[in-house]
Amino acid sequence: MVLRRTIRPADVDSPGQLGELLDRQAYLADEGLATVAFLALRMGRPLLLEGAAGAGKTELARTLAAVLEAPLIRLQCYEGLDGPQVLYDWDFARQLLHLKAAEAGGVTDAARLEGEVYDRRFLIARPLLKAVETQPSVLLIDEIDRADVEFEAILLEVLSDFAISIPELGTIRAETPPVVVLTSNRTREVHDALKRRCLYHWLEHPSFDREVAILLRRLPTCSETLAEQVAGATGRLRRAGLVKPPGIAESLDWTEALMTLGARELDPDLAAATLGALLKHREDHEAVLGNGFFGDPHGESRG
Amino acid sequence: MVSHVADIRPPGEIPPPPGAGTARDLVAVMTGFARTLRAAGVPADHERTQSLLRALSHLDAARPRDVYWAGRFTLCASADDLPRYDRVFHAYFGGLRAGRPRRAAITVVRYTAVPSGAPGGEGGDRPVRAAGASAAEVLRHRDVAKMTGAELAEVRRLLALLEVGRERRRSRRFGPSHRGRLDGGATIRETLRRGGETARLRYRTHRTRPRRVVLLVDVSGSMTPYADTLLRLGHALVRSEPRATEVFSAGTRLTRLTAELRHRDPSTAMDAASRAIPDWSGGTRLGEEIGRLLETNDAEGAVVVIASDGWERGDVSLLGARMARLSRTAHRVIWVNPHKGQEGYQPLTAGMRAALPYVDDFVAGHSLAAFADLAGLLGGAHA
Repeated sequence: MVLRRTIRPADVDSPGQLGELLDRQAYLADEGLATVAFLALRMGRPLLLEGAAGAGKTELARTLAAVLEAPLIRLQCYEGLDGPQVLYDWDFARQLLHLKAAEAGGVTDAARLEGEVYDRRFLIARPLLKAVETQPSVLLIDEIDRADVEFEAILLEVLSDFAISIPELGTIRAETPPVVVLTSNRTREVHDALKRRCLYHWLEHPSFDREVAILLRRLPTCSETLAEQVAGATGRLRRAGLVKPPGIAESLDWTEALMTLGARELDPDLAAATLGALLKHREDHEAVLGNGFFGDPHGESRG
Repeated sequence: MVSHVADIRPPGEIPPPPGAGTARDLVAVMTGFARTLRAAGVPADHERTQSLLRALSHLDAARPRDVYWAGRFTLCASADDLPRYDRVFHAYFGGLRAGRPRRAAITVVRYTAVPSGAPGGEGGDRPVRAAGASAAEVLRHRDVAKMTGAELAEVRRLLALLEVGRERRRSRRFGPSHRGRLDGGATIRETLRRGGETARLRYRTHRTRPRRVVLLVDVSGSMTPYADTLLRLGHALVRSEPRATEVFSAGTRLTRLTAELRHRDPSTAMDAASRAIPDWSGGTRLGEEIGRLLETNDAEGAVVVIASDGWERGDVSLLGARMARLSRTAHRVIWVNPHKGQEGYQPLTAGMRAALPYVDDFVAGHSLAAFADLAGLLGGAHA
């Protein structure tokens, strides 16, 4: 093993090396994902990951933060996010207290008061400002498709030059840009202007072999038989036209549930009992249990 | 090491990019590649090409796989671009010229003048342009499927003028108000303006926004006489609230037409939409299409309008199950059935019967008057 030292984005010199570093954190990235993450680090460009829910988008940001030993600053998107919630906000209560105290002390110089009130100590850094100020850092902007277009406009400004201007204070600029990962479940199309700032990657569900490898890597005590059976079953379920096909996150949860119940192999009863970890819609449960998806003792022939 | 076996159709067997030797050649080759991609409909513009070249400077431009990935990350903007990208990549670097994307020949639906006076149509034999007001009144209630060219042109003109109101929903954004929550920022600014004296508190409350309308137009064979008019209604919806409308066509697959319908000119918009629809006049698998609509999340909290005769070719119980989910996801579900306007209509098709329990409003959609009623319904006038 190599002696551990802090890795900076510029130190990574090939996609293969980044793949290994991610692997050490138990994240198996395929060639495409390792290459796009490598380019994001080296080019200082945000990375836009799209794909089905549970494909490992958020996890990549978390793992990159672990690899770089940098704090992960997460911004969960939702409709109505605005400047004060994502950039910075003033601590109004403390500002008011300060004004009251000044008033009690007989200070009447308005210009001086204003200067005092808009001081850095009254400023609350929200995720984007925090990411610009913290170096190194990994900024995760999660589920950007849930936010509205106004928010994308704010983001566009920050992501183009990693600087935030505060009228009362001046411009705060990042010396080295943070590593930015945006994820989208593609419930709506992200605006083109934002996309062209980013490197784009579409994450697919893993192949059978990769899923087995991921299950074994993440759950070292899992038996190979169980991992193969789980990967086989989830693979078939993804093609079965369910309301919500399971992602790799769900198959990991499911395997863990099965192992908790002491399973070494997949059997129909255990599968039915733990199905809630894999499928989250009543319709899907009915469809799977109703057509005997796991009912066949040999498991493979139906679906 | 497990990590570097690619799962995805990688271009392993492709020879190295021709003339990747010098930097200038590389620029020429990549520019040509981007141009070919643009011809195939991938948005690989100049700026994106620059990104590709920058990305390649960090990778090995002589290695086809590196070129493949770098191009994919920088030139593509959506999962929809990926199949086209793969095809062009293989064609371009595999020594072939990529042809223009093949498109199934689609003709814009046009109506031949149906002789009026078919059973059920009122007053078909009457001269259409008898007198201004009454002619317009007759036209308002006539079934569009039984109209002649001139009448249809008039209907289209009126549809192009249709203004559709919207229900409002509470937004997560705030605006100034006289009541609601304390607005810290505004209060501080007001206080400073008065030299530090907290004279009055400012408040803010949630703003409202138009509620999204999602229109799903069945373009299968049995709906052919109505599809054009319904898509024009979609155009009117998009025009009146461009950011709170989504229009889809559904037949054997779900196609989003919102972007196509954004053209201001109705005929340009209709041409674009007709070209985008791959499954004109086929069968309908509404259950599956509604499932797909649910996947997009567009239906969440929206007023969903399904325009179909309910002639389901797929599994009717699936349609019922998907409609049940839709009714829980959407704010309101309106079903527009062109046949409902006919006298003595009974919802007898199996699909219609499966869907009806989950429908909030079941309305006709065969005439201008019916569309005007629907517009009123969308504006919040519930029956």
